[in-house]
Amino acid sequence: MTATEHRAPAAPSRAAQAPAAARRAPRVTHRMWGTAAFHTSAGLLSLVWLVPIAVVLVTACRSFDDIAANGLGTLPHSFTLGGFRQAWVDGGQQQALINSLVVTIPAVLLSLLLASMAAFALSRYDVPFRRALLLLMLSGNLLPPQILLIPVSKLSEQLGLYDSLYALIGVQIGFGVGFYVFVLHGFMRAIPPEIQQAAVIDGAGPWQIYSRIILPLAKPALAALTSLSFTWIFNDLLWAITVLRSDSRMPITASLLGLQGQYVSQWNVIAAGSVIAAAPTVIVFLRFQRHFVAGLNLGAVK
Amino acid sequence: MAVLTANSRARRGRRRATRVPPVVLAFVLVPLLAEGFWVFWPALQGFYLSLTKWDGVSPPQFVGLANYREMLHDSVFHTAALDTVLWLALFGGLSVVLGLGAALLLQQERRGVGFYRAALFLPVVFSLTATALVWQAMYQPDGLIDRTLSGLGLGHLAHPWLADQNTALYAVIVPALWRQIGYVMVLYLAGLKGIDPALYEAAKVDGATRWQQFRHITVPQLSSVNAVVLSVIVIDSLRSFDVVWALTRGGPYHSSELLSTYMYSTAFQSLRLGYGSALAVVIFLLAFGVIATYLVRAFREAD
Repeated sequence: MTATEHRAPAAPSRAAQAPAAARRAPRVTHRMWGTAAFHTSAGLLSLVWLVPIAVVLVTACRSFDDIAANGLGTLPHSFTLGGFRQAWVDGGQQQALINSLVVTIPAVLLSLLLASMAAFALSRYDVPFRRALLLLMLSGNLLPPQILLIPVSKLSEQLGLYDSLYALIGVQIGFGVGFYVFVLHGFMRAIPPEIQQAAVIDGAGPWQIYSRIILPLAKPALAALTSLSFTWIFNDLLWAITVLRSDSRMPITASLLGLQGQYVSQWNVIAAGSVIAAAPTVIVFLRFQRHFVAGLNLGAVK
Repeated sequence: MAVLTANSRARRGRRRATRVPPVVLAFVLVPLLAEGFWVFWPALQGFYLSLTKWDGVSPPQFVGLANYREMLHDSVFHTAALDTVLWLALFGGLSVVLGLGAALLLQQERRGVGFYRAALFLPVVFSLTATALVWQAMYQPDGLIDRTLSGLGLGHLAHPWLADQNTALYAVIVPALWRQIGYVMVLYLAGLKGIDPALYEAAKVDGATRWQQFRHITVPQLSSVNAVVLSVIVIDSLRSFDVVWALTRGGPYHSSELLSTYMYSTAFQSLRLGYGSALAVVIFLLAFGVIATYLVRAFREAD
């Protein structure tokens, strides 16, 4: 946006010095070449990026016999949705997708609720050691999860939560909340204090200020973090295989690894499973694209 | 600028409100306790466990630094450490270079650019597990990569990419890059948007070439984004686990083993929980510098 718009007004002033007609012709061809070069390079790049996705979509709709006879890397000679049925029913993807959503939705909602409360308190009140608390919470999210894996799996055993989805929800909240607090704090402290002061004069307590004023104003940041954290938690593999054991409780990522072992070389089933596993986050991305990209940039500390 | 004034006003406003209501303290304490319970307390245990020998059944046995001494003679640890450094350099370096390249190519708002950006960004939302399976299909002997090579008359290059010790690590980096570049591109696109176009105008008036503009305006102006990208990439690289685990489990013969996968298999498959904890501490130490600088920057930001 910036580059084209700002280059345009500069052009006439320079062109005015020389006869305009003599200059215009080469500039137009030059620009045409530039556009062609841009679309060729960007198009090729996008093609490289999209080919693997296309291959998987096509493979998922082929029959096993077709793949066995003609190979994976060929054009399809068949069309069937049998691979999806096998992955969904026999491969346990249906249960796995339910598990994923049962973990992801409460984990997202609870972590954002807790994080917005902490961010509200830290950004709008003189809580003692505010800055230290904020950074302590952020630092927890930056730790490599490996250092936590063994103790967390033992901790969930001691609590009797090992192999239950509650343990997974708990660890997702605990590990993610620090980052969300940090981002929301940055957003909330920019809200002008006059709004809050007016509410205080009207006799509003902290809870009312939080729920009626600050939370609605923080909606853009919350929307961005919701789409981002949904993707992160939904796509997680490591925490799931650390605190869960039974196949029937595994989320979709871990169940995809099960599918990989169970249907070795039945690429139509594995491809169909991958499509099922990727579909929810792709839907979230396409539906909330702007929030999603905003979320990635919010997380970047400047 | 608007944010700045809002901040200074906010600070003055806060100073007046001296008493913090107890419910506000609870707002901070509840999330802090949740994090303390699931993160800080386990992390402390992790450091302690790295000084023990433990099979997960009988009580842990304190052995001092024996686990760390063992690493000195553990050839798999050497391979994993070397692969992790290689991963950092290749995965990190290439995602910065290619992500910046893609951002520079796609920075102008023009017809079709939204599609190209979305295409590059789409893999970012896939799980690394699904990404791995997509590429496993590509790498099969009858898959698209080898087919294309033989179609181009380069059949002799066709290869069991994931099964060969010499190529396994690189074959795993490619899917990781495919998924990461779009993310880095988005960060750089935001950074490029933030550069004042007047700088380029002034440079053009002074007769600067495109390369000079890139070298003396774009690169210095992107320094804060660079710092973010670098920390994100180092932290991500050291965490990388899913894609390797799904594609090779660190094999064949540990040739694609990273510290993260070695830690996981040591702890949860060999059940050597003490040694696994020590490996996790090594990962933490490698990440520590980056975490600390990230926090220092965040500290300055948090007024």
